[in-house]
Amino acid sequence: MSKLSKVVVPDMPPLEREMIALRIANMLEDGSYVNLGIGIPTLVSNWIEGRDIVIQSEIGMLKCGPLAEEGNIDQDRINASCQFVCDMPGTSYFNVETSFAMIRGGRMDVAVLGALQVSAKGDLAGWNNPARGLGKMGNIGGSMDLAVGAKKVIIAMEHVTPGGDPKILKKCEYPLTAKECIDFIVTNYALIEVTPKGLVLKEVIPGITAEDVQKMTEAKLIIADDFKEMEL
Amino acid sequence: MDKLYPDIDAAIEDVFDGAVIAFGSFFSAGRPLELTKALARKGVKNLTVVVQQLGTGNEEMLELIIKGQVKKAICSYPFPRSASKGAEHAFEQAVRKGHIELEVYPIGTFVEKLRCAGAGIPAFYTPTGAGTVVAEGKEARVFNGVENLMETALPVDFAFVHAWKGDAEGNLVYRFTAQNYNNAMAMAGRVTIAEVETAVNVGQLDPNFIHTPGIFVKRVVETGRPELYETTV
Repeated sequence: MSKLSKVVVPDMPPLEREMIALRIANMLEDGSYVNLGIGIPTLVSNWIEGRDIVIQSEIGMLKCGPLAEEGNIDQDRINASCQFVCDMPGTSYFNVETSFAMIRGGRMDVAVLGALQVSAKGDLAGWNNPARGLGKMGNIGGSMDLAVGAKKVIIAMEHVTPGGDPKILKKCEYPLTAKECIDFIVTNYALIEVTPKGLVLKEVIPGITAEDVQKMTEAKLIIADDFKEMEL
Repeated sequence: MDKLYPDIDAAIEDVFDGAVIAFGSFFSAGRPLELTKALARKGVKNLTVVVQQLGTGNEEMLELIIKGQVKKAICSYPFPRSASKGAEHAFEQAVRKGHIELEVYPIGTFVEKLRCAGAGIPAFYTPTGAGTVVAEGKEARVFNGVENLMETALPVDFAFVHAWKGDAEGNLVYRFTAQNYNNAMAMAGRVTIAEVETAVNVGQLDPNFIHTPGIFVKRVVETGRPELYETTV
């Protein structure tokens, strides 16, 4: 399917998904309103207990609590990933038009989203994998609204596909979620900032070099002045 | 006013072949389960269904698909999340074979199309979808240096909604995240039919906490509280 060449993956084991989520949790500022997408982004919520961070769920819930356990589930209380959740002191419920007024109206400080491909300019392709063969149809959901409406977009994803293709490209091949919307990309090998000059490699995981990351990345990476090893 | 119908089949009696029908629900929550089953019993055909999803959470909609009652769907998250589930899914297969036409919108646009229909606004502009396949064939216009798309209102012939409590004048209260689309769809419906878990006497709902005022609701049917839903994506 892909015209892209396979990449060379270093011997060092990459970060687990939970650790990608931890690195992102550490990027969030107290006092933030944050929306977490499906997949690795959802795991960010495991690392913010006790922090002054409010999670919005686009189904219509602000200050969404942890997953509900057996005995405490309620079919009318689910998050936007269809999981039973709890509410907390200060939680509010509202309709979808209000929920997306928050997102489209610029109230969301951060959206953490997954991605199939991202580009050097910060374009995001995350809703439609052409391999599924559905053409221009697919599950858009809230992804386009969040990518366009959130003040800051952080991508949480594996650095390459399971088949060994790069996901950070000069230009996305897959249908776009939104153009030039990404601020940061956090993968299982690196933390990259999208800047007007291009992609700036700010951090790599221990045991990996900037060169190793470039080999897994089709787009050109600029090494940050304060380039360093990732701390978790 | 008395909008209470004792019989759910009588409440949907005027639903016609070719009708455009909106269904509340965000995945499993707040779905008009009993109205959907009644529609399957009624057997009307060539329907256009307006519903966020058809692959996750509201399995009773599949009955309409399998019985060939649906010619078109307007959705935001139409298919099962996983490709393997999609390969076995009646709706996805019907779309792949061209038996059902599908339009897909970002959620914010989808719900705004309904809200605008209810509010008498024929069209609106949004930056969501600019530069994507969603923009194809739509008027683009720049506001404050940002490209926007023109999207149009989506009025529906019937809206099927699910509420926690309702009264005979059509006032509705939803519960937790089961609110979701029910209010916007109630507003968009030329004829809105509400199934309520509990019908209460007029005057028993706290007027400070009505989610959907009765003017948007034509009929109310008491259906009781559904059994616990499955929730899987």
